[in-house]
Amino acid sequence: MGMPGFYVSPEQLIQDKADFARKGIAKGRALVAMRFDNGIALVAENTSATLRKVSEIYDRIAFGGVGRYNEFDQLRIAGVRHADQKGFVYSREDVDARSLANQYAQIMGQIFTHEPKPLEVEILVAEIGRSADEDQLFHILYDGTVVDERNFAAIGGDSESILARIEEAWAQDLDVASAIRTAGSALAGEERSLSAADLEVAVLTRGDHRRTFRRLDDSAVAELLD
Amino acid sequence: MYKRAVSNPMSMPFFTPGDDPGPNFVKLLERTGTRIVRDLPGQIDAGHATTVLAVRTVDGVVMAGDRRATSGHLISHRSIEKVFEADRHSGVAIAGAAGPAIEMVKIFQVQLEHYEKVEGKELSLDGKANQLSAMVRGNLPAAMQGLAVVPLFAGFDERRGTGRLYQFDLTGGRYEERDYATSGSGSLHASTVLKLGFEDDMSTDAAVELVLRALWHAADEDSATGGPDPIRGIYPIVASIEVEGFERVPEDEIATKFGAITASLGNRWASADDEGGES
Repeated sequence: MGMPGFYVSPEQLIQDKADFARKGIAKGRALVAMRFDNGIALVAENTSATLRKVSEIYDRIAFGGVGRYNEFDQLRIAGVRHADQKGFVYSREDVDARSLANQYAQIMGQIFTHEPKPLEVEILVAEIGRSADEDQLFHILYDGTVVDERNFAAIGGDSESILARIEEAWAQDLDVASAIRTAGSALAGEERSLSAADLEVAVLTRGDHRRTFRRLDDSAVAELLD
Repeated sequence: MYKRAVSNPMSMPFFTPGDDPGPNFVKLLERTGTRIVRDLPGQIDAGHATTVLAVRTVDGVVMAGDRRATSGHLISHRSIEKVFEADRHSGVAIAGAAGPAIEMVKIFQVQLEHYEKVEGKELSLDGKANQLSAMVRGNLPAAMQGLAVVPLFAGFDERRGTGRLYQFDLTGGRYEERDYATSGSGSLHASTVLKLGFEDDMSTDAAVELVLRALWHAADEDSATGGPDPIRGIYPIVASIEVEGFERVPEDEIATKFGAITASLGNRWASADDEGGES
């Protein structure tokens, strides 16, 4: 004797999964990525100094994740493995954000359709180009949808109102300090203010060094926020 | 999310929790089938690369290596590099079969960075030396067939605030040295010069001068070690590793220092000749 079967329409199934994933993602705090004159800043609201939302993937590529920590951290490690292996087999210059974003999209889409529980995460893959117009920002949703963003992106929490606040404040050629201030106040909104200890900040900076990812500690962030 | 053990190196690797290679890049390459090492029968005489050394200074370490690779009695390359940045605070220098040695360095560099990214923090300097030791040990079957690799490893230990040096043997044995370390066919002559010239708390500048002197004497006695080549503008590679990180000493500075060394040696022998003529 099998389980009694109940018919659920595909529309309903997808809808339920999407609602479930969105609810999980909205519970967490948000993350913002923003281009500035000489690179890309990633700013997350995160009081933990050890469980990170923003990380280095490769020479010019950074990763940001929101939602369930264990799930996006698995994705982060898979990304590092993929990138290091690809750079080892081919060449360092052959590792790029677009192919990484596609791989993530494949995996997340696959899980959304085939597993009983979808991932409760959204991720960002950012890459700085040799010149500013080659900068890339990919936003990948819980169901594997990839969105190619131009100048900034916000994921997690109340990302819609955060985006609205950034749209008002963002300008071409911000310097790194103003970009981080703008991101910080967009994450906070009008009623709150976030201190350096509430933020996790990292930047990808154009220059002649190979590894462009750099984490800013609380004192460096506090100095930039002043 | 992690049901498949991946065999295509270009797809994104996921593993089951009990079966995960962790931050180990070499294991990852094995698991994904990207790099499979097989034992092959027979002996090969591949290119060999040849005097490398490292000296502890007051601020860290200085590492250096000549540029010659030989194949039997022939010079196969005049400008290969044997001193590499392993990561920001450490360097690796190679002696032995050039091909496998350069491959080992490449994997070692990725291994250190891979660990740092996956774990979110750098390996300790001892941990890095241990990783290299495992790679040398893994190369033992190839070493038996004539493809030996014997590296040197040196770095600035951020936890202790000092420079540290490690020497290896063919079996992966790892020996920390206090003052200086050498490897390669010219190492006997180079280490004699280092032994006589070494002083505690040497400045970086004095150490650079000493390693160049040691390399000159090694090249003078050992045919597999290349000396300075002012005609082609090829000079040994010298690097310092201190609190700010790994840094190559500029080539023109090496050329100038070598000029002074050869001039002083030239004067000595010229005056010896004069004296010989008079008596």
